[in-house]
Amino acid sequence: MTGPAAPPDGGPGFAVTLPEARDPAVVGGKGASLGELTRAGVAVPPGFVVTVDAFVSAMAALDPSGALRAEVEALPADDLDAIAAVAGRVRTLVAGAPLPDSVASAIVAAYGRLGTDGRPEEIMIDTDVAVRSSATVEDGSDASFAGLQDTYLGVSGPDSVLEQVRRCWASLYNDESVAYRRRLRLPEAGVSMAVVVQRMVAPRTAGVMFTRSPVTGDRSVVAIEATWGLGSALVAGDVTPDSFIISKVTGEITTRRVCSKVKIHSHRSNGPGVTVADTPTSLRDAPSLTDGEIRALAAIGRRVEAHYGAPQDIEWALLDGAGSAAGRIVLLQSRPETVWAAHEQAPAGAPRPRPADHVLALFGKPL
Amino acid sequence: MTEQTGFPLPSQIADVPGAENWRSMYRYFTRFQPDDDKRFWFYNSMHFPEPMPAFDTITAEVPYQAIGANTARLFVFPTTLGIEHRIVNGRVYITANPVLDPAEIERRAAEFGPRAGYYFENWDSLYEGWKDRLRALIAEIESIAVPALPEWESAEVVFGAVGVAQNHYLQENFHRVLALYSKMWHHHTEMLMLGYGAYVVFFQFCQQAFPEISDQTVGRMVAGIDVIMYRPDDELKALAVLAVSLGIDDLFTDGCVAGEVLAALESRGAAGREWLDALGKARDPWFHVSSGDGFYHHHLSWNDDLTVPFTALPGYVAAARAGGIAPRPTEQLIAERERIASGYRELLATSDEQAAFDQMLGLCRLVFPFVEDHKFYCEHWFTTRFFQKVKAFGELLARSGVIAAADDVFHLHHTEVDEALADLSLAWAAGSPPLGSSHFPPIIAERKRMLKVLEDWSPPAALGPVPEALNDPAVRMLWGITSERIAAWLNPDPDEVVGVAASAGIVEGIARVLHDVSEISALREGEILVVPVTAPSWAPVFAKIRAAVSDIGGSMSHAAIVAREYGMPAVVGCGDATKRIRTGDRVRVDGDRGTVRVLE
Repeated sequence: MTGPAAPPDGGPGFAVTLPEARDPAVVGGKGASLGELTRAGVAVPPGFVVTVDAFVSAMAALDPSGALRAEVEALPADDLDAIAAVAGRVRTLVAGAPLPDSVASAIVAAYGRLGTDGRPEEIMIDTDVAVRSSATVEDGSDASFAGLQDTYLGVSGPDSVLEQVRRCWASLYNDESVAYRRRLRLPEAGVSMAVVVQRMVAPRTAGVMFTRSPVTGDRSVVAIEATWGLGSALVAGDVTPDSFIISKVTGEITTRRVCSKVKIHSHRSNGPGVTVADTPTSLRDAPSLTDGEIRALAAIGRRVEAHYGAPQDIEWALLDGAGSAAGRIVLLQSRPETVWAAHEQAPAGAPRPRPADHVLALFGKPL
Repeated sequence: MTEQTGFPLPSQIADVPGAENWRSMYRYFTRFQPDDDKRFWFYNSMHFPEPMPAFDTITAEVPYQAIGANTARLFVFPTTLGIEHRIVNGRVYITANPVLDPAEIERRAAEFGPRAGYYFENWDSLYEGWKDRLRALIAEIESIAVPALPEWESAEVVFGAVGVAQNHYLQENFHRVLALYSKMWHHHTEMLMLGYGAYVVFFQFCQQAFPEISDQTVGRMVAGIDVIMYRPDDELKALAVLAVSLGIDDLFTDGCVAGEVLAALESRGAAGREWLDALGKARDPWFHVSSGDGFYHHHLSWNDDLTVPFTALPGYVAAARAGGIAPRPTEQLIAERERIASGYRELLATSDEQAAFDQMLGLCRLVFPFVEDHKFYCEHWFTTRFFQKVKAFGELLARSGVIAAADDVFHLHHTEVDEALADLSLAWAAGSPPLGSSHFPPIIAERKRMLKVLEDWSPPAALGPVPEALNDPAVRMLWGITSERIAAWLNPDPDEVVGVAASAGIVEGIARVLHDVSEISALREGEILVVPVTAPSWAPVFAKIRAAVSDIGGSMSHAAIVAREYGMPAVVGCGDATKRIRTGDRVRVDGDRGTVRVLE
């Protein structure tokens, strides 16, 4: 059948599926990373990326002469009032203006295919999706400082999807983002963004996983934090998650701390956002992962780490239902671990002329 | 020095009421001196978890003169001299004498390097020679005769012009027994300090490279698979298989009594005799395994008390009947060990670290056979023979009326036993009754009474001012005493027993506290075993239990190794687990953290 590469009604490359998402300059850092994950053989929720080309095309329609962006670029970095006034106006425009037909139809078509698992004969337009910004300047802390982390959960229906894509784009003109760019004197012409649209998952358990110890930097362990429902409960600090440490080498679960997970996050059934509820008492103090699930997660973590060649910081979700634990795990994100990677770690030791010299050195050391 | 004394000073320890006369059991050189208040001492609960009977103090006196000689004088360890010990209220406290002056350390290091280097370079051949020397010592102590003191000396002595009557040999042979015990301890320490050093180096490296690695995982990379320690248990399994193949397996039922089974076998014809022959062969030397670590006379061996092997046999017989006992999966264990080692090796960041890892692991594996097997030769085989020989002198003294029963000899210090033998020698020569018969029995009765009283005393974990830093690798290595450990002693959690995490996993269950191997038949399926110490003789019970907890032992101790092999949690070296946990308590054993929590 026809692949998604040739949409009959969209401009070329305004929306690409995750396995096709490669170039960060086109699909943003998050989009490229998710694409890379699918190519690493790891399951991620099905989705597509609204490319930078779509943004460029939409902005060209909105601001054909570039006057709007020139106005932004002319703002003095220290005039916060002026920044607020201009940025606010641009945001409203970007969020509210209708998209060019070619862009809108590419997004709607990709969204439609998402609901049918690629089977064109079924049309399910009400698929719940998450819409996330995917910045093209993905240099870690800078991007987060610039406020490029917008996420809209539980988005349903083509109109809502289009609206949230526009809101993501508009977030480029947050007051802080603009002020940041002005301080660094970045050209406004270079500002762009891709947007990831992914089918929502309703996980039984979700959380984060580090393929080295976040506490000690030990590379021989995988550290997992988990809670019931959506991982947002953990990220938002609404629960103290269960935490597990498993050895990469022996497979032993060396630490298991099961905590009282008082709140549970779940998707609102229609509309964006999450609901926060009290966790049923029967679940509160129960471990949110079985040993088998912990091992399956760690195995996936190791595979991703091997694929990237560096320790990873991973967001994951475990879906409810039958089937193997490994078959029910999806990754939402994986990025290089940065905290310990930045540490210069002293080597644990160096060879000596004779093996026994190690012992001689040990006992020869003054107190 | 900052005096954050959470610990009492030695001079502040009061005599236990009812045992005020405890000093009469011990020699003057074991008493705390006024100046000892200035030093840090810790209770060696690892080796001496019970009050010391007078004779058994030899298991402190002799090892410490051997260990100190080895580190201070023989190999000239740069940072440590020897160990001093003191006894208070029946408990043994020790302190290490460090070398602190940098110039002195340097002067000693220059001697230490070539001396220690020689042993490492020639380890395997030295170990072969060592085994020969130990076997010779064992043969010698076995050959020592305890004079029977008959009415008349044998005529041979006259016609052979021997000229020396056997009462002379009372003391000479007793002295030889003591001298051999001392020699054994010198050989015990001969290679051990260096061997432990190789372990410490590798442990420290692994902990530096992998901060979360557990001691037991490091242990698994090092562990020898084919070590003597497994042999007694393997012999038992072979006997079970033989019983089935000979058709005499009906005699081995749960709760069977050794004596009765042996008697019944006599009437089972050729099959019974064949099995008894096999048993006889297995017993020497493989049943010379102590139920403890050889530090108390009442830690009997399988040969002294067949209860342990005969408690285990029915289970092995049932397994043999049900389709055979699988041999230890040696190949699989070796493959697993190599997989773990190469797994960690690959995770090292640089090839330099990998090269260091290879050197250290190689060194550990070089020393492992000695470190593991020396215990069988020294603490088990030799020491079993040693205590048996001393007991034989006790039997003579009891027969002569000096003491009431053979075991009473262990309530006399060896210098007092020497006195009693002098007394007996004189009496036999003079044709008079020994005067000890009115001297010793009341002393012994009083000491037995005091030991009972002293059992209930809870000795402080340490005495004296806390040292600012405890970095001595030798102390760390042998006793696991670290600044963290001392902090835990100062702030104990009443419901938590802390020890060494020896085998991973967490289980809850009902505790069974066994003080002695003779109580082993009380053990029920699925209980958590809590014991003073586990030695190879306990191995068979591991098939029955869910977790093991011991007062004595480190991550490479017998209990730890066997528990890991059975995949059950174990916490060892708790010091006082048998005191604080009671049979019937529900406990949670956390083999990951090294804690045992009493739940109810």
